[in-house]
Amino acid sequence: MLKGLLTNYYETTAMIIFGIGFVTLLLNRNIIKKIIGFNFMDTGIFLFLAAKGYITGRIAPIVVSTPIEFETYINPIPSGLVLTGIVVSVSISAFFCALAVRLYRAYGTLDLEEIVTKMEKDQGVY
Amino acid sequence: MQTFELILLSFLIICALAVSLSRNLLVSLIIFMSYSLVMSILWIVLQSPDLAITEAAVGAGVTSIIFFVTLYKIKGLREFNSAPQEAIEEETTEVVEETVVTTKKHHEKTINERLQEWIAKYEMPLYKRFYNVMAVVLSTVIILCMLLTVSELPSYGDPSNPANNEVSEKYIMDTMEDTGAVNIVAGMILDYRAFDTFGESTVLFVAAGTVIILLRNDRKKKEKEENDRMYEPKPDIILQNIAKLLVPVALMFGIYVVLNGHLSPGGGFSGGAIMGAALILYYNAFGAENCKKFFTYRTFNTIIVCALSFYAVAKSYSFYTGANHIHSIIPKGTPGNILSSGLILPLNIAVGVIVMCTMFGFYSLFHKEEI
Repeated sequence: MLKGLLTNYYETTAMIIFGIGFVTLLLNRNIIKKIIGFNFMDTGIFLFLAAKGYITGRIAPIVVSTPIEFETYINPIPSGLVLTGIVVSVSISAFFCALAVRLYRAYGTLDLEEIVTKMEKDQGVY
Repeated sequence: MQTFELILLSFLIICALAVSLSRNLLVSLIIFMSYSLVMSILWIVLQSPDLAITEAAVGAGVTSIIFFVTLYKIKGLREFNSAPQEAIEEETTEVVEETVVTTKKHHEKTINERLQEWIAKYEMPLYKRFYNVMAVVLSTVIILCMLLTVSELPSYGDPSNPANNEVSEKYIMDTMEDTGAVNIVAGMILDYRAFDTFGESTVLFVAAGTVIILLRNDRKKKEKEENDRMYEPKPDIILQNIAKLLVPVALMFGIYVVLNGHLSPGGGFSGGAIMGAALILYYNAFGAENCKKFFTYRTFNTIIVCALSFYAVAKSYSFYTGANHIHSIIPKGTPGNILSSGLILPLNIAVGVIVMCTMFGFYSLFHKEEI
């Protein structure tokens, strides 16, 4: 197993970054830290996808010489997927930050546990 | 080369660890910006320059700007919050709880009551510790499963991977003849798979709409004047002089990247993000009043709706003629000119304009609650 991990070192790093982002999302109580953790998960997945498209010794998919040969360029499909993903990631981050600002204005704190406690007190559970 | 890649990858992991462990929010954001920058260098090493420009402009640029302006807004709200009101509410709840608690000696209570007291005292801390431990254990299990899968994947960079099959062969060989674009990725996302890009532009549009719903505040005039004193920047001479030099150059570079999307790396998203960043710099240096002279709420609405509808109409025409085998009247031109590749250039312009307006709209809504 270790040999496989060392050959695919890009994918291994991508999964480790995904894991660190996931743990940041779960363990931190601050909302902004959770949003940053979410962003880490996104970028980890993008690194994984783009590494699947790379072929050793070939160049970027922009046509440089006219009789096009298949063996000179890398796989262009994962690039297209990641391009869409980066923009969707920034939209989601902006939306979460707007929610965080509204939550702060309503409850006065950025700590998620205190917000949940105050919400349940308002609704009369305790 | 491999040592260079390993150094960059270990830098990424160290940055991720540092962000999750640090306590100060500002420090985490700055480390996140540097993480984004190193990620864009990695995209170049992986031979994807489109992704590098987009990640540098969008990830290290606009996402970090949005986080910073969220912190600014929260700090501004904290100074405006009324503290005495919160203290009064806390006192009333404390009084209510004290009358309920009765005093008994330890040996007089029954086992049930002792159990209840122990649960009430230790419930929350135990639950929190249990939650933390289970979160770490669950994440470790998931990551170990994924690492096991990664070790069995086909090896990195191999030309005989199952991922490099006849689909990528068709895209590489036929893009220049079918679409006239020299940049194969741009030809793919704006011609063969233009529907995906349409969905992505719609996601940007919906996100802008949602942030407008959450944050826009049509305040009355008197409140507006009070808050304006806090939100208006003082005219800073260094910033204004540098902005006078940088904003035209950045705008021109953004327009260049958008217009050359089908000939070289770039395209609508990265060019739009660069133009949006230039507008944000102008807004910061010269204030919102100067920005309102050419970019009002009505302009924002009109531009975004027109660009999205133009994209929909143009691509529907393309789908219609393609599906019914009718010859479409849009000329393909010779590959290598700017005015070539059919509909890719107008669609790039539409996407660039949408992204520019959305990024500027996000910043303006966070900063001043209006566009």
